[in-house]
Amino acid sequence: MTMIFGVPVAVFMGQLLLGLINGAFYALLSLGLAVIFGLLKIVNFAHGAMYMLGAFTTLLGMQYLGVNYWAALLLTPLVVGLGGMLVERVLLRRIAHLDHLYGLLLTFGLALIFEGSLINFFGVSGARYPTPDALQGGYQLGFMFLPKYRAWVLLAAIIVCVFTWYMIERTRLGAYLRAGTENPALMQAFGVNVPLLVTLTYGFGVALAAFAGVLAAPLYPVSPTMGSNLLIVVFAVVVIGGMGSILGAILTGLGMGLIEGLTKVYYPEAANTVIFLVMILVLLLRPAGLFGKEA
Amino acid sequence: MANSQTLTPAMARARRANLRRNAFYLALIAVGLVAPLAIYPVFLMKVLCFALFACAFNLLLGYAGLLSFGHAAFLATGGYVTGYLLSSYPALTPEMGIITGTVAAVALGVIFGALSIRRQGIYFAMVTLALAQLMFFMYIQAPFTGGEDGLHGVPRGHLFGIISLRSNLAMYYFVFAVFLLGFALIQRTIHSPFGQVLKAIRENEPRAVSLGYNVDAYKLVAFVISAGLAGLAGSTKTVVFQLASLTDAHWHMSGEVILMTLLGGVGTLFGPVAGAGLVVSLQHLLAQSPLGNWVSPILGLIFVVCVLSFRSGIVGEIQKMYRKNFK
Amino acid sequence: MTFIKKTLASSIAIAAAASMAATAQAEISDGEVRIGYLADMSGTYRDLAGPGGLEALQMAIEDFGGSVDGMPIEVFSADDRNSADVGANTVREWVDQRNVDLVAGMVASSVTIAVTKVLEENDGFGIVSGSAASSITNEHCTPNHIHWVYDTYPLANGTARAVVEQGGDSWFMLTADYAFGHALEADVTKVVEENGGEIVGGVRHPFPTDDFSSYILQAQGSGAKIIGLANAGADTVNAINTASQFGVVEAGQQLAGLLVFLNDVYAMGLDTTQGLLLTTGWYWNMDEQAREWAERYYERVGSMPTMVQAGIYSSTMHYLQAVEATGSDDTQTVREYMMKQPIHDFFARNGRVREDGRMVHDMYLARVKSPDQSTHEWDLYEILTSIPAEEAYRPLSESQCKLVQN
Repeated sequence: MTMIFGVPVAVFMGQLLLGLINGAFYALLSLGLAVIFGLLKIVNFAHGAMYMLGAFTTLLGMQYLGVNYWAALLLTPLVVGLGGMLVERVLLRRIAHLDHLYGLLLTFGLALIFEGSLINFFGVSGARYPTPDALQGGYQLGFMFLPKYRAWVLLAAIIVCVFTWYMIERTRLGAYLRAGTENPALMQAFGVNVPLLVTLTYGFGVALAAFAGVLAAPLYPVSPTMGSNLLIVVFAVVVIGGMGSILGAILTGLGMGLIEGLTKVYYPEAANTVIFLVMILVLLLRPAGLFGKEA
Repeated sequence: MANSQTLTPAMARARRANLRRNAFYLALIAVGLVAPLAIYPVFLMKVLCFALFACAFNLLLGYAGLLSFGHAAFLATGGYVTGYLLSSYPALTPEMGIITGTVAAVALGVIFGALSIRRQGIYFAMVTLALAQLMFFMYIQAPFTGGEDGLHGVPRGHLFGIISLRSNLAMYYFVFAVFLLGFALIQRTIHSPFGQVLKAIRENEPRAVSLGYNVDAYKLVAFVISAGLAGLAGSTKTVVFQLASLTDAHWHMSGEVILMTLLGGVGTLFGPVAGAGLVVSLQHLLAQSPLGNWVSPILGLIFVVCVLSFRSGIVGEIQKMYRKNFK
Repeated sequence: MTFIKKTLASSIAIAAAASMAATAQAEISDGEVRIGYLADMSGTYRDLAGPGGLEALQMAIEDFGGSVDGMPIEVFSADDRNSADVGANTVREWVDQRNVDLVAGMVASSVTIAVTKVLEENDGFGIVSGSAASSITNEHCTPNHIHWVYDTYPLANGTARAVVEQGGDSWFMLTADYAFGHALEADVTKVVEENGGEIVGGVRHPFPTDDFSSYILQAQGSGAKIIGLANAGADTVNAINTASQFGVVEAGQQLAGLLVFLNDVYAMGLDTTQGLLLTTGWYWNMDEQAREWAERYYERVGSMPTMVQAGIYSSTMHYLQAVEATGSDDTQTVREYMMKQPIHDFFARNGRVREDGRMVHDMYLARVKSPDQSTHEWDLYEILTSIPAEEAYRPLSESQCKLVQN
């Protein structure tokens, strides 16, 4: 067997691939966070809860309404995204003029409410969501057996990320959004409905989290706490990429997944921690993040 | 006699206010002294430990304007170091264990502070969070903490080698003394010239810099004091409950202390005490009621309402009302 | 505020009790038998004990008649959320404030070890039914608790030995990283090596873990014939499901679930679990007596009991009998009586409580049936052999317990 630093190539490659798949989740979630931070300047602490709600909506939709996986892929982000817009309209708007730390605190409280209430109904042990029939089985790659569903997750996440990036960087709507990020007052003066833009942006960021939740449902046990530990990892990803940077969030998400995978090969216990180490180093050397603009 | 004749009205008012304040402090201390006769002492000790923790946190957020999202690391460090020492060296007295734990937290505070105080706002919060996560990892891995199992059966021992702390009442009075000591230190810090400079930095950092203050040094000292007191709270808590566990090191604990402080009133002296008292009582009372599992959503709801409408917290709102009606 | 009143009342009661310490021995304190049920009621280990275990406890009390010598039996229950902190603090308050005489249930081993330390310090009494770590009656033994249903020693002794004898002689261990996992790993390693097998590698995973993919990948890369799962509850279920996604069995490796409960097999279904070897302390369909009790339980709860739930009934019954016979709820009086009485009921065969607090009884090696063999939804195990009580558990001659003179 060929070895890389004392590890069989098969295991090495396998861990990297799994890391990349995890990275796809990080990319989707941090992309949503970055979009929200860009325009609202809020660190959305409820992002993990929104991801969890996405998975739960999918699960309950199947159990009670018979909504299948493919329909859920479209409907869930829509439903949860609308819920997000409601949150922005009713709650976040009222504190928009205050220090942005209040936004962080408010969304932290929301996360407590969502997670805590669902724990009462579903416990924390987690429910299973079946893998859709079309994605059963897997591919023999030589170095590992890759379940089809995981390949699909990677593909779907990358498509959505690229689509989002294109929309923000290359379309008219995206141009408004970027301009709103730079100078909301001027945009308002030009006749753009900035409050509406803010609501839509928050809804879109939340919908991305919910989409990640749908992808996660057949992969991990669906439980109320599934988002809470993922959340701080995703924070780290956004900070490393540069707060508010779209491309930064996507690339850093995938990159951190790879680094995590690499850590799992040599020092598995540290896999969840290595990202924070990277984050400290980045903040010390390049405070605005890898892709952020220096203020 | 001669003095009282030359009192100006302003001085008289100040003196009366001083008197009132002292009477208020004395009354609170008296309540603290008799409380364990009516209420379960272990519960009161939990409140005091968390109150001290929240006060330490408030020193940083309320007076230096720095939101740390990693204060759990100091609580846990104090707890683990004290717990490990007291378990492994039976000859060590509890107060020595607590002092060592606090010193360890101070040392950690110097490192954290040096790495983080140059960052501001959300970046500061994120750096402290990341550092605390590294500590969490260390505490899972290090053999002396017992990993996921935690440290159990830490002996309470004999205070100064003489007074047994086995009885909850004796333990309570010791914890009460520790709390008063920590609280007094914070009170002194805030009302000292040092505290005034901190507030100046919080209000307008560039102006403080242009006035010639070494802003970073001031922030660092505040950070270290806060870390040390958080460690003191953790050390004391370990002796009371005779255990130290990862719960104290988890980032949820960092979130909980923010919640307590905000609920009670950021930047008020008694706010964190009220906030910690409220949160711990709620957890305690709800846990025994049919609403037992609703603790965290209820806290979340209170928190959201607080952020939306009562940003000055319980004590802050009371102070506002008091000023409006009596002055 | 009843909270304050209770404290006052109990502090008076404590003062009174202290003054009568000499005479308190043969009395039931404050005219009531109080039992606290502590378990994971919402998390990873919910289904193996949880609310079902509380129901079994209530059944025991009802069957006993609801009172001891006319003195009522009161039950408290709490969710420990698998946190040693929460568990220890709850029990401290139960013992301090409410004079709880018996703490029952107890699942996650880390919680149990913390709780038994509190019990020892405050002279309380506990019967552990849910936990697995054999260290609970070995290096962590106290005169204040008894360990009832099973532990990691017979799990290793039963399952691991059988697997090695069938030719599974190279193992990769997937271990939950806390007291229970460590104990099970140590016990399995010993058995595998003694029987000529070899542990070729292993990895410790956090408790609980949702994503086992990278660990399964490592196990596949190790080339071991057997992947030993030294975890429990939802962790085991997740690991087995992930293994099936990654085609572990098709590729020629086998899984050995070292602690698998009835509810786990039920949840995963026979398609996934058929042929799995496992060691159990009890099975609902093992004989007439067991069946009869299990069916009564099923009527109330709607699922068949696990060995832990049955053990909670059995141990509570035994405790109440001891309290009645001795007329006392004093820890040492009751414990001594329980040690003298052999245990022979629907749950235990050849059972007795040893001086280290271990209740030893016959254990069983079982195999999960295939879907064809199974006649109805709860017909899941086939009992292969029984392991006699005296062979199943760690012999006292190897004990490190401070209560055992070696």
